[in-house]
Amino acid sequence: MTIYALLFYLLAAVILVSTAIAVTRRNLVHAAIFLVASFFASALLFYLLGAPLLAMLEIIVYVGAIMVLFLFVIMMLKEKPASNRPAARGRKLWTATLGLIYLLAVILLVFATGPRGQTPLTPAVASPAAFGRYLFQGHWLGIEIASLLLLIALIGVLHLGHTAARRTAAGIEEEK
Amino acid sequence: MINWIAGFIVLLIKSGLVLGILLLLASYLVWVERKLLARLQVRLGPNRAGKFGLLQPIADAIKLLTKEDIVPAAADRPIFLLAPAVVALTALLMFAVVPVGRDLVLFGRSIPMVISDINVALLMVFALSSLGVYGVALGGWASNSKFALIGGIRGAAQMVSYELPLGLSLVPVVMLAHSFSLVDIVNAQAAYPFILVQPLAFAIFVISAMAESKRIPFDLPEAENELGAGFHTEYSGMRFGLFFLGEYVHVQVLGALVSVFFLGGWRGPWLPGPAWLFVKITIVALIMIWVRGTLPRLRYDQLMAMCWKVLVPAALVNIVITGFVILI
Repeated sequence: MTIYALLFYLLAAVILVSTAIAVTRRNLVHAAIFLVASFFASALLFYLLGAPLLAMLEIIVYVGAIMVLFLFVIMMLKEKPASNRPAARGRKLWTATLGLIYLLAVILLVFATGPRGQTPLTPAVASPAAFGRYLFQGHWLGIEIASLLLLIALIGVLHLGHTAARRTAAGIEEEK
Repeated sequence: MINWIAGFIVLLIKSGLVLGILLLLASYLVWVERKLLARLQVRLGPNRAGKFGLLQPIADAIKLLTKEDIVPAAADRPIFLLAPAVVALTALLMFAVVPVGRDLVLFGRSIPMVISDINVALLMVFALSSLGVYGVALGGWASNSKFALIGGIRGAAQMVSYELPLGLSLVPVVMLAHSFSLVDIVNAQAAYPFILVQPLAFAIFVISAMAESKRIPFDLPEAENELGAGFHTEYSGMRFGLFFLGEYVHVQVLGALVSVFFLGGWRGPWLPGPAWLFVKITIVALIMIWVRGTLPRLRYDQLMAMCWKVLVPAALVNIVITGFVILI
């Protein structure tokens, strides 16, 4: 086993364990922290696979922006202490079934690709410029679609917020 | 193998030097700030410990280290204990990618004057700066006190607002330098510093960076006259000291980043590289202290409105104009 493979399995273990802890915590802030740990390990995994740009973007976007927003919302809502009642059996069943299907699909994929899929991990580094060129030359259509989707969501949120603000303003006027 | 060991030793020496100098300067920055603020407010400032109060930072350090480290009974213990370290650590780590001078040639071996020159250095600085807010938000939450919680929430809200203009204001710099590496960015300013061609980006970066350092006029998470001491109300001893240290290391790191991105980094006539960087960091730090002594605190809706409605559009327009000029 090379040192790269060793690091890979180490990071994979960290990701699995921290994600498992994250989805089983009752305390939302603790769950968020373990999710952050999981994202961190995924970023390191990207770095190991030779994509430093992707690793940094993972940290900036997921750890730096999305999880901070999560934390912000959790802290604003002032969560009530969760009850110790276990989750409904139906929900557990669904989760377990979906997880098993996913696991089976992955195992099948691994066996289906055969020995071709086994490439030893080698040190490699893609420069940000090379990454950008590959992304914007090969996949420009996907990026355009994604950005259009985000724009639509943005306009939608703006519209909803606008009407809600107008309605509250009107309500306050009436109360007076 | 010998090469590898030599490289490792050099790395350790460089890290040790940078760490030592940063911490020493941080403690004296506190002294400079107290003296200067006092003068701005027509007071004398610290003048008891040593000549001109020069031993004051040492007295402060001894005091912080020997005070009792109190953890509130209702606090979330592990998070409460770890949060201050996050703040100090991320601030210190950011300096790892700042180049301090020309390559040093020693025993026929060229040693780059930067701890680590990775090709995504600029993004790493952002990543670390966005991680720093976890210390503030979680420290505030874990204290289980309403003032600390409000401070933590404000920290998160503030971070979501300034992070975007901070990042966008540097896009033109990357476009001009064709690289994310801070070494390349400094080298691209060999002819002239970027502040001459990017004054708007400079202004946006400095304002957002000051918001990041959580000092007046942007010290909403602390706001001592409304929130006690904000997110670190419940901290005592050296854990409070770590928050404090993080703030002053941050001021130096921001000074270093402003000089690397806009003022030409270590480049300059007559003096050697590290001296120029030191001079530039000092000037930026002094200006930040001056601003602290002059401006009142913003309300946090004012801060968010300024970031989202003024700085972000200005930064976007600046990117478009820069792209246009580069293309023609």
